[in-house]
Amino acid sequence: MAQALNRAMRDAMAEDPDVHVMGEDVGTLGGVFRVTDGLTREFGEERCTDTPLAEAGILGTAVGMAMYGLRPVVEMQFDAFAYPSFEQLASHVAKMRNRTRGRLPMPITIRVPYGGGIGGVEHHSDSSEAYYMATPGLQVVTPATVADAYGLLRAAIASDDPVVFMEPKRLYWGKAEWDPEAPEQVPGVGEAVVRRSGTSATLITYGPSVPVCMEAAEAAREDGWDLEVVDLRSLVPFDEKTVVESVRRTGRAVVVHESQGFAGPGGEIAARVGERCFHYLEAPVLRVAGFDVPYPPPMLEKHHLPGVDRVLDAVARLQWESDWVEGGQ
Amino acid sequence: MTVLEQPGSYRLSPPPAWRPRVDPAPLLPDAEPYRLLGTDADLEKAPGRDVLLRLHRELVRGRRYNEQATALTRQGRLAVYPSSTGQEACEVAAALALKEQDWLFPSYRDTLAAVARGLDPVEVLTLLRGDWHHGWDPKAARVAPLSTPLATQLPHAVGLAHAARIKGDDVVALALVGDGGTSEGDFHEALNFAAVWNAPVVFLVQNNGFAISVPLAKQTAAPSLAHKAVGYGMPGRLVDGNDAVAVHSVLGEAVERARQGGGPTLVEAVTYRMEAHTNADDSTRYRTDGEVDAWRDHDPVRLLERELRERGVLDDATAEDVAEGAEEMAAGIRERMNADPELRPMDLFAEVYAEKTAQLREQAAQLRAELDAEAEGNA
Repeated sequence: MAQALNRAMRDAMAEDPDVHVMGEDVGTLGGVFRVTDGLTREFGEERCTDTPLAEAGILGTAVGMAMYGLRPVVEMQFDAFAYPSFEQLASHVAKMRNRTRGRLPMPITIRVPYGGGIGGVEHHSDSSEAYYMATPGLQVVTPATVADAYGLLRAAIASDDPVVFMEPKRLYWGKAEWDPEAPEQVPGVGEAVVRRSGTSATLITYGPSVPVCMEAAEAAREDGWDLEVVDLRSLVPFDEKTVVESVRRTGRAVVVHESQGFAGPGGEIAARVGERCFHYLEAPVLRVAGFDVPYPPPMLEKHHLPGVDRVLDAVARLQWESDWVEGGQ
Repeated sequence: MTVLEQPGSYRLSPPPAWRPRVDPAPLLPDAEPYRLLGTDADLEKAPGRDVLLRLHRELVRGRRYNEQATALTRQGRLAVYPSSTGQEACEVAAALALKEQDWLFPSYRDTLAAVARGLDPVEVLTLLRGDWHHGWDPKAARVAPLSTPLATQLPHAVGLAHAARIKGDDVVALALVGDGGTSEGDFHEALNFAAVWNAPVVFLVQNNGFAISVPLAKQTAAPSLAHKAVGYGMPGRLVDGNDAVAVHSVLGEAVERARQGGGPTLVEAVTYRMEAHTNADDSTRYRTDGEVDAWRDHDPVRLLERELRERGVLDDATAEDVAEGAEEMAAGIRERMNADPELRPMDLFAEVYAEKTAQLREQAAQLRAELDAEAEGNA
């Protein structure tokens, strides 16, 4: 995936001289994850810039650059390092188009490596997507496959709106086959995809939890479950149509993500499914999420991250039995 | 006793240290604010008679604009108005120091700088009237939206100036901020980026003494706000903010320096906010009448007018003409502001995104239906 993201930026920069990559360590080092490797060598320091270490400054200057017609692609080195830039994000990036009646669009892509599972110490594994989703004016996307990583990043850079591009860190170095010379085209921002068709329940998921759900779907066959897996790809805009159609077909749904469950993305998704699919549902919409705790230290993260077993437990609970509700589950 | 415990006995030479790239001495501001009015500078030579008269005209218009806007607040026509009465010299000089292609980045108090730059005075009041967040076309006017969050517009100015230079355009950005704003992180980050990138940008701090109620002494322990420039590796200039000619001169030099590739400058203009922070503030709680009166004697409009008359640059006929022009402007504002603004509720959904999301389309339909029902009820 890291290679696909790199290729996406390279292709976008080659096609459009207004695309500028900037951030801490993105130049000579090629980023701490090497996602921007070689861009400075190929396009020069002016197009791929090592900035001072200051996230508000990185995003704030990107706002001014976008005002002048550039298309900045900024890297926030780790999820939790982006927090100093929140004022720029919430007060200016997300609102500038609206407050100026469309005269100052903000075609900025904000790359945020996010999530756990890589053994990072604290401040290196947050799943911060709910903050971004709660800010009108931002698009929030996250790829789960290498092809999507390429296609979605191209779409994000081409978008005239600000896109928070959430990169699942633990999928950076997957072993999936991918031909960088012939990148597959994917639909633009805002379209979910059915990764696996099924009939008995829908797993609604995104980013790092997609492979978990795919594995769970395979394992569930043994118990007679034929699970459908919907990869949202885009959290904002939210592809309600694909989700609702799937759940109406299957009659059951579990939302799976790594970020916390309380006030997390799954709450919004489950509520929408409840509103749109109530009469089709055979069971309550369940959520499998990270615990409502600050991201745990690396030696404990395996207990926090929703894995295949936790997903399967939830699926088992979709077989309606009145006593588990009364039991306060 | 080990080697390290014996003072002075450690003989290994240390590795070369990272050093600042520039000698700090030339970056330091003057000890006293720079002044031209009341000195024997030849103002007719620099900045010249035309500029002096233009500064005067805009100052008088600016004072009248502040008075009119404050009156409109009392009548409920503006939701709020942060007056720049007493600070008109900074506002006007900032606008006049720029060339047409340059960009101005105002804060919420800097409506006057936008007006002096030639914007429609009513469009400038859109935010404060409350019919929309922002009035004018920023690209056509090369004036960014008024920024309410403190100092957040400064990195925008840096980014824009940097982008313009990348594109090979001759553009300088001038960003305005108050004394309170210098405590914000964005102030630091903007100055640091500007200096590292050698961006063609000028920062003007209007030090009007108070951040709402908090005086400068509780805001900073620095010798002056202009001193902060040294730490970033850019020159700091200290100027009398009520001396329109001095502010214009210092900003003009800084803008020209940026234009020539000399990099950013931090200018601190020492001035005073004669009115409260806004109409929601009670300034008698944190300052005395005596203090305000002392500054009244140093009023920017009177300082310039007195000097121009003494020097024979301004005569009665011109002064009268200027005053009449300001009255006409005020009457025009009154007339237009007394008409109810045309509200466009459906604009709530326009321009949130380039293309409406499915959710926004649904919500727009809901509001449309509510508006239609309301119209039917009224019919």
